[in-house]
Amino acid sequence: MSCSRRDLLKNTFKATLASTLPLSAFKMLSPAQVKASVGDANVRWVFLVDTQKCVGCGLCVKACKNENEVPYDPPITRTWVERYVLMKNGQSHIESPFGGRDGYTDTSIHENEIPADQIAKGFFVSKLCNQCKKPACVQVCPVGATYQTLDGVVLVDRKWCIGCGYCIMACPYGMRFFHPVHKVAEKCTFCYHRIIKGMKTACVQNCPFEARLIGNLKDPNDPVTKIIMNQRVSVLKDEYGTKPQVYYIGLDTNVR
Amino acid sequence: MSVENIVAQGGEHLAVHGLEWTTKELFTYPNEFIYWSIQIVMYPYMTGLVAGAFVLSSLYHVFGQQDLKNMARFSLVFSLALLPVAMMPLQFHLQQPLRGINVMFTPHFTSAIAAFGIVFSTYAVIVLSEIWFVYRQFFVDQVNTLKGKEGAKDRIMYYLYIVLTLGAFDTSDEAVAKDKKAVKILAAIGIPIACFLHGYAGFIFGSVKANALWMSPLMPVIFIMSAIVSGIALCMLTYIIIMEWKKWSTIIAKGKGDESVKMLAGAELDVITKTSRYLLGFLVAAITLELLDLIFRGYTAMKSWDILRSVMYGKDFINIFLLQYTLGNLVPFIMLLVPGLTIRRVFFALIFVLFGVFMMRWNVVIGGQAFSLSFAGYMHYHLPIIPHSMETFKEGLFGAMTVAATPFVLFYFINKVTPSLEYK
Repeated sequence: MSCSRRDLLKNTFKATLASTLPLSAFKMLSPAQVKASVGDANVRWVFLVDTQKCVGCGLCVKACKNENEVPYDPPITRTWVERYVLMKNGQSHIESPFGGRDGYTDTSIHENEIPADQIAKGFFVSKLCNQCKKPACVQVCPVGATYQTLDGVVLVDRKWCIGCGYCIMACPYGMRFFHPVHKVAEKCTFCYHRIIKGMKTACVQNCPFEARLIGNLKDPNDPVTKIIMNQRVSVLKDEYGTKPQVYYIGLDTNVR
Repeated sequence: MSVENIVAQGGEHLAVHGLEWTTKELFTYPNEFIYWSIQIVMYPYMTGLVAGAFVLSSLYHVFGQQDLKNMARFSLVFSLALLPVAMMPLQFHLQQPLRGINVMFTPHFTSAIAAFGIVFSTYAVIVLSEIWFVYRQFFVDQVNTLKGKEGAKDRIMYYLYIVLTLGAFDTSDEAVAKDKKAVKILAAIGIPIACFLHGYAGFIFGSVKANALWMSPLMPVIFIMSAIVSGIALCMLTYIIIMEWKKWSTIIAKGKGDESVKMLAGAELDVITKTSRYLLGFLVAAITLELLDLIFRGYTAMKSWDILRSVMYGKDFINIFLLQYTLGNLVPFIMLLVPGLTIRRVFFALIFVLFGVFMMRWNVVIGGQAFSLSFAGYMHYHLPIIPHSMETFKEGLFGAMTVAATPFVLFYFINKVTPSLEYK
């Protein structure tokens, strides 16, 4: 069989042309795009933390660990409560042992007794994934194993995550960690399995003081949306440009 | 935090990644650990060496530096031996090593790591094809030599070389000239790709906006400069070792006073002196950029500066200013600059340079995780030395040593097939 250079080029051109049309009927989708078709576009889940109401009991952390099967004893956690104690001399003490799981009943911080009469103010701040509008973790995942649903929640595909830890490095809030059993990136999901069925998240359900609330920002009649719209709220670390969607009432300048 | 560590180690079957080698001080978020450990220090270090070795071999193939002729073959084959080792630390580090290939299946291009598979394989293809063109004539010669020989080893080598020729047995002058041209083109394309491979490793760190130490547009450039420094240093070091070995074997064969010994020693010093000028140039560029970055951070004193300063000038002072800048940069800089260069002085200067570049990687990767995202606490890294689990082996001293030793083992075997030291 002989094939001249001219024939080769001719046939290659023909074959390319002939295959272009049928191939163009297909659309290439990134894994993130495929996964992102999960969820309801008419919903935008947001969270509201009222730090004025939080007493640091730690029930939210306990509930989260149980609900989401995050091993109880290791110090990793999807949500946590921080204690801030600010002294009259300007010194600050911050802690969150075991994510505040066992509640704050101790008067010492980092093994230092804090004299009560020296305290200027003290408060608790609970943290959970901010389900950012522009999530840095989703941007950096090299395989598209972490993705944002249409209703705004960032999830991890445990079957596809390679465990490189880039998302953990990229999150300015330190929300992510490696799950000790599944060996993949793990994070708060706003209890996605619950909220899509109309239930509350485990932490919201278990907060005795309504310091934690979840709502739908796209519903103007949602009580959480009303608070976010009408009251003075703030977010954590907006300088990173990730547009966090967990809103706080009563944040202090010392909050990290 | 000490209580946490004790309790958590009690339930050690549930190994929390990072807990083993991280100690915390003051306030850090609960999930913060040194997640990127020694293997991520090895990754840019080894890629830097690959890139540097390839660039050096290209100096001969593209720019025709004749005195690097023997060196060029060596550094080309050595860069092939280093190539899989650039990927090894990443495999060691992954929590799901078997899924590493997913990066090739579903690359998510907004991620800096996603391009790794593509950049890396492009580079691998270039190195492999360049070696093939360099050695094609040798493969054909071997096939002709081994034809009809009876020994089992000869038969295996015969078939191996037949496969390696890929059926191209033409060794006419015309064909060989085409080979040379192909080598030149490939080497020329290879230089920017080698730089890209490494600069992009810098981008992986430089683009992490959450990390106050890493985030800097200078990071990729700093990485390229120090990569070239380390690559040249390693090749010079190996060159010195090979030339000294040659010199001593000549001395043993012909006696110390022989003319050829003097010629060898003279040629060696000449090459080393010339190459060390390039090394000095890149070293100056690397230090300048690093200092610029440091001064800029101090002058602008953004929110993160307080904690960065306390890490740089306090906790990591020895690692950064003594081991990296003084011992790894300043000392070899002076050693190479002082007139009357001797091989022995260069030899030690090169070891300091290689050490300095390693410390730079260490201070970036580990130093970048030495402070909490809360800017209110610190984390300390304790390199696991005696392994007691797979994880402490992979991400410990022995894992790092395995990575560092692999290129030499690979080189030994590759060199059996494509001899880069004897073949003229």
